[in-house]
Amino acid sequence: MSSADAVAGVLWVGVTLYAVFGGADFGGGFWALVAGSGERGNRARALIDWAIGPVWEANHVWLIFMLVTLWTAFPEAFASVMSTLFIPLSLAALGIVLRGAGFAFQRVAARSSARRFAEWSFAVSSVLTPFFMGTVVGAVASGRVPIGNAEGDPVTSWLNPVSLLLGVLFVATGAYLAAVFLVSDARRFADPDLVGYFAVRARAAAVVAGALAVAGIFALRADARFIYDGLTSEALPLVLVSLACGAGALAFLWRGARRGARPLAVGAVVAVIWGWGVAQHPYLLPQTLTIDEGAGASETLTAVLVVFGIAVVIVLPALALLFTLDQRSLLEEEGGR
Amino acid sequence: MTDLFPFAADLGAARSQMAFTLGFHIILACLGVGLPAIILIANWIGLRRKDEVALGLAKRWSKVAAVTFVVGAITGTVLSFEMGLLWPEFMRRFGDVFGLAFALEGIFFFTEAIFIAIYIYGWKHLSGWTHFWTGVPVVIAGLGGAWSVVAANSWMNQPDGFKLASDGTVTGVSPLDAFFNGAVGYEAPHLILAAYLVTGFLVASVYAVGMLRGRRDRHHRLGLLIPLTMAVIITPIQFAVGDTAARAIAKDQPVKFAAMECVQETHTHVTEYLGGRCTSDGVKGGIGIPGLDSWLVGFSTDTKVIGLDSVPPDDRPPANTMLHWAFDAMVGICSAMILLGLWLGIAWWRKRDIPATPWFLRATAISGVAAIVALECGWIVTEVGRQPWIVYEVMRTEDAVTKADGVWISLGVVFVVYAALGAATIVVLRAMSRRWRDADDVEVPYGPRPEAPL
Repeated sequence: MSSADAVAGVLWVGVTLYAVFGGADFGGGFWALVAGSGERGNRARALIDWAIGPVWEANHVWLIFMLVTLWTAFPEAFASVMSTLFIPLSLAALGIVLRGAGFAFQRVAARSSARRFAEWSFAVSSVLTPFFMGTVVGAVASGRVPIGNAEGDPVTSWLNPVSLLLGVLFVATGAYLAAVFLVSDARRFADPDLVGYFAVRARAAAVVAGALAVAGIFALRADARFIYDGLTSEALPLVLVSLACGAGALAFLWRGARRGARPLAVGAVVAVIWGWGVAQHPYLLPQTLTIDEGAGASETLTAVLVVFGIAVVIVLPALALLFTLDQRSLLEEEGGR
Repeated sequence: MTDLFPFAADLGAARSQMAFTLGFHIILACLGVGLPAIILIANWIGLRRKDEVALGLAKRWSKVAAVTFVVGAITGTVLSFEMGLLWPEFMRRFGDVFGLAFALEGIFFFTEAIFIAIYIYGWKHLSGWTHFWTGVPVVIAGLGGAWSVVAANSWMNQPDGFKLASDGTVTGVSPLDAFFNGAVGYEAPHLILAAYLVTGFLVASVYAVGMLRGRRDRHHRLGLLIPLTMAVIITPIQFAVGDTAARAIAKDQPVKFAAMECVQETHTHVTEYLGGRCTSDGVKGGIGIPGLDSWLVGFSTDTKVIGLDSVPPDDRPPANTMLHWAFDAMVGICSAMILLGLWLGIAWWRKRDIPATPWFLRATAISGVAAIVALECGWIVTEVGRQPWIVYEVMRTEDAVTKADGVWISLGVVFVVYAALGAATIVVLRAMSRRWRDADDVEVPYGPRPEAPL
């Protein structure tokens, strides 16, 4: 394995973290948007707000990590993607601003009208942001990003069946993950009503996301043949793992099992992401730019790997400390009630 | 010509968008570096002297830091998008040379975010000194993050760590040499001190306004004194660092220096002008001090100062008068702040109190805004003064910009959204302060999670 491949693997770790945690985070916003204004909807929203609290910030970090790794290690691909896909990426950035501001200010807003506006801004941008990111992924996967400064079509590169389908799939996958997580959170607070509420939504989202994924495979077959061929050959085992995990999670959800659904749901998403990575390998931009061709200077690749190692050593223990403290204060509160 | 027009127009939009979003973010970034320091000072005083008022200030400031930190995280994320959205050619050619600085910055930022959450959580759950020590990594990570991100900017001023082949291909990349480029040694300390100054004067100014409105309790006195003392001690150091930086720029980026000082022709015994209008026949209006500019550059009026005529007109920075004024305003504000510090120092030495006159409070009240103005002026000098280059004498900004259409539209959206974001931030901070006055506690984004919701 070349060091370019190793850095691509590191990048993919970032993509995976962002897809799972960021996806669940966006999905929480989706459920907040559709929760309605009734008493039950308000309780659901309160649970979502509580669940997102400690993780939403971290999700900016995975995103920045991906961007920085891409421009440092694969500058050619970064420049080509960011310029051709100027429109959807600008809209995704706008969504990130509105979402972050909405989430931060809904906690501190004093007036109820301001609070409602902040909540609305958070919820709507939680749907738009992953949708536009999905269209970007679709554009890359279907080979619509040529090398160069805005060389691709500014509109049809991301407004095409594969991109639109992936956009919707991203939203649905996030909603699926979020609902599965929220079932566990509701159970933790011994609220059977909300357990049922999110279990129904998790099952529905599982079916929708699964159906979209199958539709996506057909869309790829028609329009992104290289990825389709990869998914049905080298990456087939991962696709099957994803299918098995997804089906297993659905079965657990149906039976109302206390545990098992969460790791299986995450497994389904992780397997499909790595499946996509394997299918796209060795290309950064399918069939125009390989990982080796697009890689920056080898000194820089080594440095990126070193910095990644330092990050793991420094950041993970700190993060573990934060989560431990967070859990401990929860235990205290639960014990105190 | 019709082909060239939209290209040129988009350069203006891209530069405006970058300038606006960076100019906005830099204020929050400085608070992210500076607030942890004054929080820990107040915390330390509170623990050492068993002073509940100082502890109360530290607690409130840490919640303010949580809000400004969140907004800074958002505007920082936007900047990392803009590196590619606006300047793809720049990143394509040089991303692997200087990009690593951002990776380091990212690690520092993440560490800072984690520990600020732990610190805020710790107000309720950790004991005195343990809690204090969880704040120390926030300060260190803030310094490291600032150093890293300025390393990227100073690399653009003094590019290093690569070679150019005859066809312009970048070879011989050394990310370490890029990180430790020739300008980071003075640029990074200058910005870090600026961050402490902006934070110190800004926080002090809030309490000065409160005291002017008649709230003269110990809480306000301490809230004014802690940040103001830190700021006025740092001001003269910053003056010296800035002076060193200016001399280094005269040597390393003489054209930028010439534009700052409106020096048209290379010669000795150059007059230093305060204010005035820069024209091709020299400075009109303004106060001239003969020989001083030469003396400032080399401690002798015989020192030769390189003028704008050393490069062709196409290689000179635009908006010469604005650059000159920005530089003068920065130096002027720093000088005025030194006087403010002397005023405080003399009063404290003579009667252990802040000066009794309301004029002192009025001066402190405007020092916060003045510090931000000085910060933005410094940023203008660095960035506009480097033009027309994005990488000094290597790559022109016009060759770096995106060819995508629609930057004018995104610029318009950015103006509207950031105006709302800025307004919301101020409204939220004011509302927090009002509720504190009514003795409520306030829930903030990084705070421990509220009671379970169900």
